[in-house]
Order: sequence, then structure tokens, then C-alpha cells
Amino acid sequence: MIQAILVFNNHGKPRLVRFYQRFPEEIQQQIVRETFHLVLKRDDNICNFLEGGSLIGGSDYKLIYRHYATLYFVFCVDSSESELGILDLIQVFVETLDKCFENVCELDLIFHMDKVHYILQEVVMGGMVLETNMNEIVAQIEAQNRLEKAEGGLSAAPARAVSAVKNINLPEIPRNINIGDLNIKVPNLSQFV
Amino acid sequence: MSDIVEKTLTALPGLFLQNQAGGGPAAAKAPFSSRLGGLVRSITALTSKHEEEKLIQQELSSLKATVSAPTTTLKMMKECMVRLMYCEMLGYDASFGYIHAIKLAQQGNLLEKRVGYLAVSLFLHESHELLLLLVNTVVKDLQSTNLIEVCMALTIVSQIFPREMIPAVLPLIEDKLQHSKEIIRRKAVLALYKFHLIAPNQVQHIHVKFRKALCDRDVGVMAASLHIYFRMIKENSSGYKDLTGSFVTILKQVVGGKLPVDFNYHSVPAPWLQIQLLRILGLLGKDDQRTSELMYDVLDESLRRAELNHNVTYAILFECVHTVYSIYPKSELLEKAAKCIGKFVLSPKINLKYLGLKALTYVIQQDPTLALQHQMTIIECLDHPDPIIKRETLELLYRITNTQNVTVIVQKMLDYLHQSKEEYIIVNLVGKIAELAEKYAPDNAWFIQTMNAVFSVGGDVIHPDIPNNFLRLLAEGFDDEAEDQQLRLYAVQSYLTLLDVENVFYPQRFLQVMSWVLGEYSYLLDKEMTEEVITKLYRLLMSDSISSETKAWLIAAVTKLTPQAHSSNIVEKLIQEFTVSLDTCMRQHAFELKHLHENMELMKSLLPVDKSCEDMMVDASLSFLDGFVAEGLSQGAAPYKPHHQRQEEKLSQEKGLNFEPYGLSFSSSGFTGRQSPAGISLGSDVSGNSADTGLKETSSLKLEGIKKLWGKEGYLPKKENKTGDETEAPVPQETTIMENVDQAVTKKDQSQVLTQTKEEKEKQLLASSLFVGLGSESSVNLITEQPECCLSITEAENTKIFQYSVQMEKPFMQGNLCGFVNYQTVDTLSAQLEFSVNLSLLDFIRPLKISTEDFGKLWLTFANDVKQNVKMSDSQAALPSTLETLEQKLRLHVVDIIGNEGLLACQLLPSTPCLVHCRVYADILALWFRSSCSTLPDYLLYQCQKVIEGS
Repeated sequence: MIQAILVFNNHGKPRLVRFYQRFPEEIQQQIVRETFHLVLKRDDNICNFLEGGSLIGGSDYKLIYRHYATLYFVFCVDSSESELGILDLIQVFVETLDKCFENVCELDLIFHMDKVHYILQEVVMGGMVLETNMNEIVAQIEAQNRLEKAEGGLSAAPARAVSAVKNINLPEIPRNINIGDLNIKVPNLSQFV
Repeated sequence: MSDIVEKTLTALPGLFLQNQAGGGPAAAKAPFSSRLGGLVRSITALTSKHEEEKLIQQELSSLKATVSAPTTTLKMMKECMVRLMYCEMLGYDASFGYIHAIKLAQQGNLLEKRVGYLAVSLFLHESHELLLLLVNTVVKDLQSTNLIEVCMALTIVSQIFPREMIPAVLPLIEDKLQHSKEIIRRKAVLALYKFHLIAPNQVQHIHVKFRKALCDRDVGVMAASLHIYFRMIKENSSGYKDLTGSFVTILKQVVGGKLPVDFNYHSVPAPWLQIQLLRILGLLGKDDQRTSELMYDVLDESLRRAELNHNVTYAILFECVHTVYSIYPKSELLEKAAKCIGKFVLSPKINLKYLGLKALTYVIQQDPTLALQHQMTIIECLDHPDPIIKRETLELLYRITNTQNVTVIVQKMLDYLHQSKEEYIIVNLVGKIAELAEKYAPDNAWFIQTMNAVFSVGGDVIHPDIPNNFLRLLAEGFDDEAEDQQLRLYAVQSYLTLLDVENVFYPQRFLQVMSWVLGEYSYLLDKEMTEEVITKLYRLLMSDSISSETKAWLIAAVTKLTPQAHSSNIVEKLIQEFTVSLDTCMRQHAFELKHLHENMELMKSLLPVDKSCEDMMVDASLSFLDGFVAEGLSQGAAPYKPHHQRQEEKLSQEKGLNFEPYGLSFSSSGFTGRQSPAGISLGSDVSGNSADTGLKETSSLKLEGIKKLWGKEGYLPKKENKTGDETEAPVPQETTIMENVDQAVTKKDQSQVLTQTKEEKEKQLLASSLFVGLGSESSVNLITEQPECCLSITEAENTKIFQYSVQMEKPFMQGNLCGFVNYQTVDTLSAQLEFSVNLSLLDFIRPLKISTEDFGKLWLTFANDVKQNVKMSDSQAALPSTLETLEQKLRLHVVDIIGNEGLLACQLLPSTPCLVHCRVYADILALWFRSSCSTLPDYLLYQCQKVIEGS
């Protein structure tokens, strides 16, 4: 089971918070903060697994995270999930985001919070992995998008506006979630025998 | 940064304007849509947390106004919801919007509904009260023809539905398993899996359908069903062995690349599916050679195929190794798996190294040589910069600890502990160290020092079992008494040294351990040292950093040492100090010490040296106070009522609403009702005499003066009795003792008259519970009644049976039933036959077969209780045999035996229960009776005493 999925940026600002297990509001915020501090301390060249802090149930729970440019994606899972499997699931999720938003960046996650949630819902449902096949996920999202278009022109406007914003140079808000990484998909691993 | 953002975002309204041309009526809401942008922009511009808070509070209050305004359209509401979600994500309370999220999910069109559902799933949790309002919407959407609506409903169900709401949607979701669309089937399977997790009983009946899902033509649905199977097999692997073949076949197909290319991930076929299947196989093959044999081939193939070099192949490989080591071993496979572990451990990639260590930890117990192979890597990992790797290595070492390497491994653990600040890591590791130290300690000094380290590092977060176990170990010792004494002496000495160090603060738990040990075992030191120890304890007591709980431990230690000390200056000082303490607890202890101190002899006998393991005889029934109680009672004190009785009385005075269904009061407890006993009565059941059936009749209970018109069968018509004004109620056959008076009437017609005792009675099931105790006050002596009965003329050599039932309404010890039969033989000679039967209480006692639970419930409902300690004649007699005697002789039912306590239950026919609780102390049996009848316990006690003392 996946207990929680957290996405925050390098400054610890939450960008996506999805709990599949009930925690009181304050505890949720505390978990986000604590997870951020745990993850932030770690270099990029040490392992991607962490034991969940005492807040999320101690040693039976693992935090599995990936760092893409400005964003951390953290999945909190129990011992019944495969660590490496989840690591690749994060990759699938991010790649799917990338496909749906065409070069996803942190701004997309902010302005399309709801859409990110819809995509996530097609990957993980109620804490259980629903779909790992990227094409399938994208197909589901597109089916929903068609609906949206059918609803009429205006609702699409903000999206267009944002993509316009995206194309304007924003030197300080890091733009891309390092798609270079995405395309190669953990290049270091592949060299290993 | 903020400047630029501002610039770019101010361009937004312009962009909207461009689009408004074709926007039609919706155009008016365009500025509204940009609000999220505005909010994000302003937040980004802020520099401090405080400003952010102010801004969001503003935003929330404007949102609050908007969502509650009647003019707000659903479309605007949808936009508001997104902003509310944003605020909630940042940790601000937006609970005012929850109800509107539900409304949006209820009323919106598809897109609005989607936002509504999302908001609900983010805002609410499974025990939120508002969730009830959503049930109808979900049920409606599950029945929708629109796929997306169904999907949304399934998602919300699997995310936040609590177990109580499952029945509302379960049949609909079950139907969805047959849906034509895969995505629906897949989500339905997962929703059902979620139900299985939170309420397994409710989905038990659809296990067959899960099998169907496993065989679904869509791979996704099949994969989803594996979640359920993994779980169920984990709970009970033996029930699913028959599916092993299927899982193996599926895995074979997946590994063999039979799935569409679509399922490949980096050219690995369906890796997540493989992982899941391998885990399932591991569970199925555990300790089962025959099942394991089925999977050897496919595992071998998996190991062989997974030679590709992608992250996810390692995930599969890891699961493979895990499975190979879980199932019944096969040496070839083990060899290959061991090689794989080597790859993981030696990998420069830290993720793989971590998993390698994890795999090693798992297999090490089966194959310790693997650890030897990789010992250098393991040692490197101990100094790895990544604390997670270190932790895993320590976990591995923990598994391979033995008497030879314990000192090194514990030292490594302690090193790690000193660097760690995470509380749960400390708790975990400290527990392991304590366990290893207890198991493998090479000598006393090491053991005590390690435990000292455990207590000082573990501090007060330490698991309470650790100090308790340690103290028990010290107290109980091992086989060698001399060795034990040395250990204790060493502990005492080491603590004294520790306490000598200035300016060091020890955790409270540690101080408690010290004070106990010093209190118990300081006698092992020289006699002169005792005062010194007391001085040290006194100094601690006066320190500010000591919690009051620890102070209690300290003063207890001082109390134990006082009788051993030569001079008592410090003790007197301490008494002076603490008898005026503001802490009542401490004052109490100080006073106890003071009084004991005045009577050294008593103190010495009360606090014997080194007797902590010997049990004290405690008279739990406080029988030594009997004289005191008797005196109090004789002076007019009210008798003691136990707590529950007082509460009951209090409750009965408060006339509240009764929420209990009336019928339950007797159907649940296993007998038909409670009756207020009042004298002995006679129910009649005449066979072979139709004329007398009218005898059965309603009666009124004098006491209450209520006519009983309604009985079990409905209205009970009042009929005149042949013999006059005598009234009687029907007695249910099964609860009545039948006194069969068999009369062989020779030849002729007339039979006559039984002399019987009789008092008005009634089967007042309901009322009895209300009038418990009242009935007995109207105790009436046995009254003779003369029920007459004529038997028809009997043929020669024939038998006629005349039955009367006798019922005890008020308990008594002995009774006599006598009567006579008049008869005439053919030659008209009239004769009279007299008979009499002695009845005692025991004739009316029957075992009451109830469960321990029911016993507990009943026990609390009874107000009359009697306690008595009975000395058992044979002190060797164990509780079970005593209870057996009672069972045989008194027909009590043994409900349960728990340790030295026993529960018995019986009933006085027809249905007056009596419960007995007994407890054994040495040769004393403490009996405790309770009944709804006030006199029954006394009589039963008398009988019990007779049996126990007589046996």
C-alpha cells in the first residue's frame, strides 16, 4: 500500500499532497515538512530509500523518492511494495505528466493542481497501484480531456494562458523538471553489470 | 524573481480577453478564473511565512463569502474549489468549503462533478460526518451510463469510503466486475480489494468473482486481482494452493514475452506484474515442497531472463531471489540466487547495494556462508556515508550475532546510536542491543556496561520492557547463585561509580533501575557502605532534575536500606524533609517510612533482604478486617456496596430512556426469564384427563395486582376452575421440573387429590427484572392446596399417569411434598394410598450453560451478592478438581477457569440464575455469589461449604 504521495520543490513548498491514509491536518503538514528535511539532507548520489520518520509509522514504512531538477517526488509505502518497483513508478508518473503537459515544469503542477491529481488517480487509486502502463494512463487522461473540450472554449483558456506564460523566460523559477533525465531514465543503472 | 512573475502573470487578463470573443455568456466569469493565478502570483511574491498566512486568510475569507453566496454558479464554485484545495495543501483550514465540495459532486455537470469529487477526496476522510451526504450521489453515479462518472464514483469509493457505507454500494460494484469496459472492471476490482482490506467479512461471498477477475481477458484486470490474491494468500496460503498452477502459467507467459508490446517497460515485459506474481509464488511455496516444485522452472527462467541492465530488471531479480529463498529450497536455484545477491551487494549503485544488504539480511539465517563471502563489503558498508545503508548493515549484523562476535557488533551499534537523533531508530536499536546483550553477554562487566549504555543513550524513549526485563534478569538470576551475586554486586558498584560523577544527568528510567538495584542489592557491599548508598540516594532525591515518579523509586530504595543501616541520621533528615513535601505522594511515602522506622522489628520483617523473587501471601479478601467491619455494622454503619452496585442503583434512580429492545433481556442470556421466587408452587399437567385442561389459567400476582391477560400465546382467557378460586399459570415444559407421580391405579375409577403446597404465581418474565427483590419480601409460608384430579376408570393391568410439576418460587433448604391417592377397586373397596417426598434445594438446581461473556454481562446485572472464604480441607486440591466436585455434587456449570479463578453458573428452576466466582489462595477458596434472588446465594453458599469442607 502507498500511504502518501508528496511532491514539493527544493524549498519545501508543497506542490502535490495526497494521503491515502488518514492523518489529521496538522500531522499531514508535519509529515510534509519532516519528509522534506529528511530528503533535503541527502546527496543525489546516495540511495533513494529512506525509512519513514516516526510520524509515518516507523521502520515498516519507507520513503522512496526521486529528485527532478526543482522537484522532489516522494512516495511513502509500506513493506508490501517493491522499492525498485516504486522507484520506477515515480518515473512512470513523471513521464506521464511530461506527456500530458508537454514538457512539464513546476508551474504546471501549480496551475493545474487538479489535473495533476486526475493523472495521479489513473496511476494510483486509493493507495493501490492501478496502472503502470503509460500509454494506458495517457489514453484515460485524453478521454477526459476530450470531454473538457466538448464543454466549451472558455475552460481551455487558462491552460493556454499558462502555456503562454511558460514560454516566457522565467530565469528564477526553474522551468523544466529536467526532462533530460526523464528521457534517459536512470542512465547510471544501465551501465552496470 | 517576483517581479518577473508579476509581469508575466499580469499578462493573463489580456490573454483571457482575447478568448472572450467567442466565449459567449461564460465570458463574464473570466476574471474569476484567473483568481488562482492571482493567488499563486501573490504567494510567490511573498517573502515571509507570516505574510503568506495573512494573504491566505484574506483569500479564504473572500472564498467563504463567494461559496456561500446564492448567486455563485456551479462553474464559479468549481474554480473556488481548486483554490480551496490549494489553500488546504498549504496547510490552511478550508472546512467551510467541504459541504460545497459535496454539493458540487452532487449537482455539477461532468467537469464540475470531477472537481467536486477530487475536492471531497482531498478534504474528507473516512470518518468524516459529511461523507454520509455523498452516498446517494455515489450510488447514482455508479449506475450512470457515463463511463467517466462511474470511474469517478469507483475512485472515491476506494479512497474514502468507511466500512459502514460499503453495503450501500457493494452490489453495484459487484456488477461492475462484468462491465464491458476493462477500465471499469479494473477499478471495481481495486475497490473490492479496498473493501477486503477494511471489512473482509463483507466481501467474503464474492471470492468466486475474484477468480473470474483473475482469468479476465484483460491483463490490467488480472493484474488488479493479484492485489487481492496477494493479500489473501498472505493471510492464509493453504487455501489457495490450487491456484499455483495458474500463477505459474501467467508468469511464464509474461516472462516469455507473450503480452502485447504495449505492456513493456523499457523492453521488460510488465515488470510490476512479474514482481507481484513472484511475491505470490513466494508465499505459496513457503515450506511446501510440492507447490514449490511447480515453480522451479519459471523462477529459473526469470533469473536467466533478467540479465538485462535496467533498474526495473533488478526489481524483478530482487523479488526472484526473495522468492527462491522463501520457498522449499532447490540447490541449483539457491546457487544462482546467491550469485544475484552478489551482484546487488557489489554494485556501485547504492540503491542496489541497499537491496543487496536487505536480501542478505533475509537469507542469512538459511545460509550464513553468504555473509562470509561478502564480509568485506559488509564491513565497508558499516562506514558508508549513507545512514540508511549503515542501518541495514547493522540489521544484517544483528541477525548473525553469536557469543563470539557480540562485543564487536554491539559496539558498532552503540557507535551508530551515538550519532543518531531519530527517536524511532534509537528505540529500535536500543531494543536490539538489549536483546543481544541478554542473549550473548560474554561476562558480567560487559553486560552491565552495555546495559548502562543502553539506558543512558536510550533515555526515556526506551521501551519499558527493557528495564523490566533487565531487573527481572538480575533478580531471578541464572543457575549459578555465586555468579548471580557477582553480577548484582558488579551492578551495584558500577552504579555507585556512575553516581559519583559530578554534573552528569541520567535519564529517569536509568535512575529508576539504579535505585531498585541499589535498594535490593546494596547488602552485598560492606555493611559500612549502606549509609553511603543512602546518602547518595538522598542527594538524588534532593536534586531538581528528578521526576516525581523517580523520587518514588528512590524513596522506596531508601526504605529498603533503612533496616540495614547502622545510623539513621540521613533517614531522619529525609523524613523531616518529605513529611512536609507538597507532593502528596512523596509525603505518603515519607510517612510510611517514618512509621516503619519507629518499629524496626516490623520493618525488618516487612522488608526482608534479597527476597524480591519470593511471592508474598496476600489476603485479597481482606478477611483480617472482618472484625472491624462487624463492629462498624453493629454500630449501624451501612453495609458496603460494591462500585457497580452503587452505580446500578444510581442508574435506576435516573429515569432515562431505555434504548434496549425489550425482548433482548431474556433471549440473549440463554434462559427464558427471571422470576421472583415466592414459595413453592405447583404447575399441573395432566395426561389422560381431558376434563382438567381448563386448569391452566391466568392469574394475577397479588403483589403487583396486575391482571395477566396476555401471555406468550396471546390473550389468555380467564376461565373458572372446577375446584374453585385457585389460579395457576401454564408452566413451560422445558423449564419445569416434572415430579412424576406415577400411579398405577388398580381397577377402578376414582383417583384423588394430591396435597400440595401452593401460592399464587405467575410467569412474569418482563416484570421480574423490574421487581427483583420485591417478590421475596412477600414471602409466604407453604400453603396447602388441594388440587384434585379424577382419573378415568382404568382397565386392569393398565397404567395411568398423573403428572404435577412442583416449582420452587422461594429458595428453601428442605421441603416436603406429601399427598394421597384415593381409589376404589372393582369390589368398591375404598382405599387410600399416602406418599411423601422430601425435596431439598439441590433438587431444583440445574447447571446454567452460558459463555464467559454472558457470565460477565449477567454478573453486572445482579444486585444480591454474598462473599465467603472457605477453607479447603485438602490443601493440595487444585482449583479444577474443586470445581469438578462442585459441578458433580451441586450441579453447577463450570463456565471457565482462568488462572486461579473459576466461574460457575447454575439456575434455580425454572429460571433464577445464580453465578459464582471463586478464587484460590493457598488453601482458601474465596467464593462470591451473585443472583437476582436475594436468598439463593446464601443457601447455595451453605451447600458449597458443606461440599468443600466435607470432601
